[in-house]
Parts: sequence; C-alpha cells; structure tokens
Amino acid sequence: MHIAEGVLSPAVLGAGAVLGAAGVAWGLRRMDAGRIMEVGILSAAFFVGSLIHVPIGVTSAHLLLTGLLGVLIGWAAFPAILAALLLQALLFQYGGLTTLGVNTFTMGSSAVLAWYAWRGIRRLWPGPAGEKFAAFCGGALGVALSALLTACALAFTNEGFATAAKLLLLAHLPVMAAEGFITMITVGFIARVRPEMLASSKPASRPGASSPKED
Amino acid sequence: MAAQLQSIDPRARLATAALLSVCVAVAQTLSACLAGLALGLALLAAARPALRELGRRACAVNIFLLFLWCVTPWTTPGNVVWSLGPIAVTGEGLWLSLLVSLKANAICAIFTALTAGMDIATLGHALRRLGCPQGLTWLLLFMGRYIHVIHDEWHALMTAARLRCFVPKSNAHTWRTLATLLGLLLVRSHDRARRVHEAMLLRCFTGSFRPLDSFVWRGRDTAFSAVLLICAAFLIWTELYGGPHA
Repeated sequence: MHIAEGVLSPAVLGAGAVLGAAGVAWGLRRMDAGRIMEVGILSAAFFVGSLIHVPIGVTSAHLLLTGLLGVLIGWAAFPAILAALLLQALLFQYGGLTTLGVNTFTMGSSAVLAWYAWRGIRRLWPGPAGEKFAAFCGGALGVALSALLTACALAFTNEGFATAAKLLLLAHLPVMAAEGFITMITVGFIARVRPEMLASSKPASRPGASSPKED
Repeated sequence: MAAQLQSIDPRARLATAALLSVCVAVAQTLSACLAGLALGLALLAAARPALRELGRRACAVNIFLLFLWCVTPWTTPGNVVWSLGPIAVTGEGLWLSLLVSLKANAICAIFTALTAGMDIATLGHALRRLGCPQGLTWLLLFMGRYIHVIHDEWHALMTAARLRCFVPKSNAHTWRTLATLLGLLLVRSHDRARRVHEAMLLRCFTGSFRPLDSFVWRGRDTAFSAVLLICAAFLIWTELYGGPHA
C-alpha cells in the first residue's frame, strides 16, 4: 500500500504530513520507555511478516498486517509505521520521503481504527465466537481502510487517477478476506500462548512489569 | 569522488536529500522536473552507488509507474490524441504520466546518491541530531537492529515447516499454518523484546538517548550544503519563473 514519490499533489502531501505527524506525536506520548523495546522488536517482526507471500487463488499477495499491528500495539502503530516506512524508503526505495506523511497517516489510522473496532466488538460480544469475529473484523478493516484512504489520496490529487484508485480498491477485496482470516488465527494463537500480549495494547497497563520467566 | 561524497557529514546529506525531494515532488512544470532529474543523475554519477542496489531501487519505483502508465493516459479527461475503440488516450493523461515518471525517477536518483551506503546506526544518530523525537529514533534503531534477526527466525520456522512437507497452496490449511507461524514469530519477538528490555535495564536504561557518535561539521560539509541549496533554489526558480529559457 505505497504510493511512489512524485505522484501526489502538494496539497495532499501537506495534509498527509500534518495528519501523520499529529498521529505520531500522540502515539509517542502514549508509549513510555518500558514499551520501546516491545514496540520496536514487534515492528521488526511485522516488517518481516509483511514480506510473507500468501497464495490467494491463482496469484499470491503480500500481507499488510495493519489490522494485526493495531490490535497488538494500539496507538503506538503510528510511530512504528513511520519508522518502518523510513527504513523501507532508505533500504528499498519503496514509498519515499515526501510520501512518508501520507503513507503513515493512511496505514497508521487504519491500524488504530482496526484496534478500536476489535476492542469494541470484543466488549459487545464476549465469548470465543465474538473474539474470533472481532479479530477477523480488525484484520479486514485494516486492509479496507488502508486501501480506501490510499485510493482517496490518489483521487484527490487528480481525477485522472480516480480509475486507478478504484482498481486498487477492487484488487484488495480478496486480500481483505485472507487478511481477516489470518488475523483471526494469529490473534487466537497469541491469546492461547501469551494472553498478556493482547492486554498490553490497553492504554493503562505496563507490559514491562510482567513477571520474567526462563531463558 | 564517490568516497568524497560518502565522507560528507550524514546530517548534511540527509537534510539536503529531504529538501531536494520536496522541491522535486511539488514541481508541476516539465523544465523543473527535467532539471531535477539532471541533478539526480549528476549526483548519481558523483556517488557511484553499487549497480545492483541502484537497479533494485529503480525497479521498485518504475513498477509502480508502469501501473500508472497502463491506466492514467486513457482515464484522464482531455483532448483525445489517439483512440482505439473505447480506449481514448488524452494528451493531458500522457503529460501527467510523463511528469510523474520524471519526478519519481529524479527523487529516486537524488536519494540513492545521497543516502547509499549509510548504515542504520548512522542514520538513526543523524536523524536524532536533526531533531527527530527520541522515541522514534529508538524505534528506528531497534527495528534496524532486529529485522535481520527476526528474518532469520522466520526462515528457520519455514524450513522446519517444509521439512514436515508443508507446501503453500491457496487453501485454508496453508493460511492457518502461515497465520500460526506468524503468531509464533510475534510471540518469540515479544519474548526477545522482554529479554532485551531487562538487559537494558541492567545497563541503566532510562529511555533517554545519548548519542556516542562523533559527527564533526567541517568546511566541506558547509560547501556541499551550500551547493545543493543553490540547486534547490534553481529548481524553485525554474518552477516559478521558467528558469533560463523564460
């Protein structure tokens, strides 16, 4: 979900930069020193995870993992995504420097909204089925919002890009379903193995204070 | 010459790369875009980055542009210059695609030339010195440090799965397996983060960032920045007033 440099208009770039910076500032305020390692190393894992090829139909697609990222780290997703994009821009020249703001905003806000959706559904529908549905919605919503916001950024830049934006949105429908399913399984696995990882995205708790174990 | 460009202070290289990228990205005239591309190519010639690296970056940029070229020329409204059945290619669409391609390649060239060969630690420290927030610098440095470690871990997991005859196909079993492996990767990263955090606490980590680098700003860094600032001013002049051919 990246837009190359030089495509978007200055107005869209500027708006994206302002909104992205606001999100990052808020995310950094909610992330205390005890969570830096957690967020940093989990973000590295998400970076690796987004390189996984998943076969869908006759082709294969990359996972976006914005929904899962939001579910695990909440508002810290904004600075995590900015750091990942900065690394990617410098290592692979994907996206790039001037589009950092727009890309951070589109992916960060979809991660945070997916997190709120996941928490809301869990609260409204307690029980195992509700947990599964909440995780599925979180994953699917992460992709849907990223695609939608990216399409909006293209369409606002120039009406000639509107068709490209619609194609982009359509191409992401199967990815949404696959990503929702994968998020559902992954969150279920984490809930069984390390339930404290899911609790850590609640704003008030301190994951650094959890009891140390072996190795 | 290449070594000279690499020895310029990383802060100067990053700041000028950012400034020039912004100048090129907002340009709307052909002459400014061409000037940007020429500047990028000149910098590339001076920097001489590894060809493989350059090729990989150029590929990444141009694959996205290829997608735009397939769609934009016939979806932009304007004067039809060529038509085949329902597909009508417009002059405006071609113009837009051309400008975007020039800009994207110019920025790619400028960036590759100025930041190639900069390692992640240097980058983090330079960004911190340029005023990047503390928390973000930490995230960047930890991500840069652990991406390869976690990538190796993922390969180990996949190798283990393949040894048990796992062949990815488009079915629920594959997705379930990949999702569980991804979950395991995240759980291991979480455990690793806790160990790293405890190790850092033993070394008196408080969350504040104390760079131990030794960036020294010399005369040639000032000269380099001044030359690139003049280039940026030239780009803006070309964009606003048509430049030397006005």
